[in-house]
Amino acid sequence: MAPIIEARHITKTFGRGKEQVVAVDAVSFAIQEGEILCLVGESGCGKSTTGRMIAGLLPPTAGEILFEGRPISQMAPEEYRRYRHAVQIIHQDPYASLNPVQTVQQILVTPLLRHRKVDGPSGARKRALELLEIVDLTPPEDFLNKYPHQLSGGQRQRVSVARALTVEPRFIVADEAVSMVDVSIRVSLLNMLTRLKEEFHVTFLFITHDLALAKYFAWHGRITVMYLGRIVEDGPTPRVIQDPRHPYTQALLSAVPEADPELTRRKRRMELRSADIPSLLALPSGCTFHPRCPYFVEGECDVNVPPLEPISEGGRVACPVRKSEPIQLLA
Amino acid sequence: MTMLRSLATTLRIITYNKVGFLGFLAVLAIVLLSFVGPYFVELDTKTKVDKIYQPPSQEFWLGTDHQGRDIFSQIVHGGREVIEVAVIAAALSTAIAVTFGTLSGFAGGWVDTAVMSITDIVLTIPQLPLLLVLAALIQLNNMMALGVLLGLLGWPALLRAVRSQALSLKERDFVEAARALDLGTWHIVFREIVPNMMTYIIVSFALAMTGAVYAQVGLVLFGLVPFSGSNWGVMLSLAWVRGAIFYKDSIWYIMMPVAAIVILQLSVVTMTRSLELVFNPRLRTGE
Amino acid sequence: MTLSTASSMANSVTWVQEGETESRPPLSLRDVHIVYSSRRGPVQAVRGVSFDLHGGESLALIGESGSGKTTLGLGIVRLLVKTARITQGAIRYRRDGREMDVLALEGPELRRFRWKECAMVFQSALNAFNPVIRIWDQFWDTARAHGWSDRRAVRQKALELLRFVQLDADRVIDAYPHELSGGMRQRVLIALSLLLDPQILILDEPTTALDILTQRTIMDLLRRLKEELHFTMIFISHDLAIAAELADRVATMYAGTVVELGPSEAIFYQPRHPYTLGLIRAVPTVTGGYEELYSIPGSPPDLIDLPSGCKFHPRCPFATERCRKEEPPLEKVGEHHLAACWHWTEVAAELGRTPLHRRTPNA
Repeated sequence: MAPIIEARHITKTFGRGKEQVVAVDAVSFAIQEGEILCLVGESGCGKSTTGRMIAGLLPPTAGEILFEGRPISQMAPEEYRRYRHAVQIIHQDPYASLNPVQTVQQILVTPLLRHRKVDGPSGARKRALELLEIVDLTPPEDFLNKYPHQLSGGQRQRVSVARALTVEPRFIVADEAVSMVDVSIRVSLLNMLTRLKEEFHVTFLFITHDLALAKYFAWHGRITVMYLGRIVEDGPTPRVIQDPRHPYTQALLSAVPEADPELTRRKRRMELRSADIPSLLALPSGCTFHPRCPYFVEGECDVNVPPLEPISEGGRVACPVRKSEPIQLLA
Repeated sequence: MTMLRSLATTLRIITYNKVGFLGFLAVLAIVLLSFVGPYFVELDTKTKVDKIYQPPSQEFWLGTDHQGRDIFSQIVHGGREVIEVAVIAAALSTAIAVTFGTLSGFAGGWVDTAVMSITDIVLTIPQLPLLLVLAALIQLNNMMALGVLLGLLGWPALLRAVRSQALSLKERDFVEAARALDLGTWHIVFREIVPNMMTYIIVSFALAMTGAVYAQVGLVLFGLVPFSGSNWGVMLSLAWVRGAIFYKDSIWYIMMPVAAIVILQLSVVTMTRSLELVFNPRLRTGE
Repeated sequence: MTLSTASSMANSVTWVQEGETESRPPLSLRDVHIVYSSRRGPVQAVRGVSFDLHGGESLALIGESGSGKTTLGLGIVRLLVKTARITQGAIRYRRDGREMDVLALEGPELRRFRWKECAMVFQSALNAFNPVIRIWDQFWDTARAHGWSDRRAVRQKALELLRFVQLDADRVIDAYPHELSGGMRQRVLIALSLLLDPQILILDEPTTALDILTQRTIMDLLRRLKEELHFTMIFISHDLAIAAELADRVATMYAGTVVELGPSEAIFYQPRHPYTLGLIRAVPTVTGGYEELYSIPGSPPDLIDLPSGCKFHPRCPFATERCRKEEPPLEKVGEHHLAACWHWTEVAAELGRTPLHRRTPNA
């Protein structure tokens, strides 16, 4: 069966001439229906840009995005509209993702009426109440007449999800959707999203810089690690987290502080060669991680762009030097 | 039924800000005075030589003018034209600025370039000299026409401001969400972006009104606009010409229309504080 | 004469000579209450916080939005906004055998306290710098505001400090803030806070909004401050991981009070307050294998209209009628370990039944 979303060598450049930035560089991956794929990386790695291209909000400069096996650039208008409805996005900032001058009811009813998902305003109201229940905003009647500024961050994110659900999406891009929410609420939001996956067969692309959250949310799914616009490693979450092969993934995992004093003590530190983060305007040659990589091989890593190749343990690694070398993360 | 309910809610919200509510009441009073008043107060057109420049008294509430005519009745009748011209001018310039400013900022590309070029040209036209020239060429005695003219000249500054607000708003997450939900350009512009600029728009509307009032009065003072009747601008002009400011007794004649105009301007501007609350729910603290 | 001895010779009438102070903690808080005034009513942001900060120790104040942790931090250095007032309580500061009442400080003495004795490092440095002046000017302005006039000495010290925080000192000192990355700016802020040799450092969310690898360099720097220079530090954060890594003692705050206080190991492995337990169960680790996580139902209370009794009771699985009526005080639940809960023994029992996944990373 064709994957629900497939990206083939998608590239996104911003700016022109000297000021040109390649935010996403020939990235390819496929997501099966019902799967959870996590896109992780630090700022500037291109994960948000990739997410927005998948959601159809940003056209790729090169490459192709396929929805249900069909390239979206070749879709007829009606088909394209279906794709745009089927793929929705949830943003990071609960304070910016809802229109401040609209009530929750208006926010939910507008897309319902516009796309004729219901008959008339009373049907829309009923459906809005149902959606609020689905995202655990109960009792739903209490929330209809509220303005966003009267809700907490977690509640606002739930309204964002309810809004995305109005068009019955099959795929949701969650761009750092829980990063700005209180720690104790994050889990319940993630559990709600997992429930959506199970009950409504929604596939997720979960974008985050928080590896621990990615591990939790996508444990039965896959993780893709990006660095400066390229995929450096991907694979089933347990494999990537417990047996990372790319030095950058290893660096990330060893750098993350743990909410557990003993794990913190046992974690083996990885020393990077340089603390400087390259600018997207002046990318290093060959493997872009080479100036910082402790396993740098001169003549190889600064010359050749490492190909993303599959390994037997699952997934792909873009590092010919280290892809077959497991390491111990904990002492 | 719901219209009535939302009207009641709107009125309630206006009361949240004391100063704004006062402004609102003052505007209401002036509007009533100017539009309903004339039916109850007859305009005094009789010349009474023995009653020239009388100070306020029981008989003449605000005194008399250079011909012994009652100032109060003139004030009552004099507001309507002034307000009508101001509203037409402000409404027209705000409508043009908001529609094209938002579209231009949102659409970008050649639309934006075209609109901005036109705006820059109109912006550099000096208003008063243009009006002087037009007055010399054609008869500006139709009040509506004057309102339209002022409206057609007053939009550029507001358009630029609206456009830059639209440019920043269109990058916001909730606008992107509306695009993802395929809500349509019309909806995004007028239901997502514009409502978030309302504070700016109402303040600009108020200022456009005040500008239009001063423009009118200025034109009358210059003698370019031969308004008949007794609108406040005409009153001011006549009083000025008669040297009314130089005599203790005649000062009422010039001060009354000035006061009327100033009170109108002040109340319109202070009313915007309450209007802000109506359009921007976040400002309604303590709800 | 070095810079530090010159400055500490400044006389101040608020200093009170005391006997032996080696054993006295540098900072003591007793029953501190901070209230904000707002249109809807008074906001009780901090309600009766007491603790001692011992010399060379790192204390983490952990809490989420509305816990009062940042307000408390600002209160200690007296940087609260005008609408906030410390309505009750005492904050005492001690150094070199002298003690002062922080709440009584005014004017130049307060300014001296704020940077010379107790420096605060704010979150992620984006807004902490004046964008139109160079880093060197930030250092020089700060030094001058505290009475130093030897330009060369200050520059020397600034370069030393920038090197200590592992920056390319010569390049950074003449740079503008926007020329530096977020991580570099945070390091500059830390260097700046050390300029006047404070005894205590208060860091508010020092690593939030920084990338993972940058975060790591800041955490390592803070570790060095702690282990090599034995600084006394308070970390304010919502991030349990920073507490696990850097703190000797952890205090969890909820709705304006400290609900649990104890050594790091005790807090993480034997929490006794349901909120602490809830937090730990809600936060995943990366290298710890898969663990079931549990969120805390409900949301933090309205600080203007607080619930009766224990403020956590509406969200607490152990809540009883008593919790609705009486707010529990902090009481001893272990060695140097305090918790404010009527049912802490039940929390302990619960942990016995379903232990936390910690300490079994390959479960």
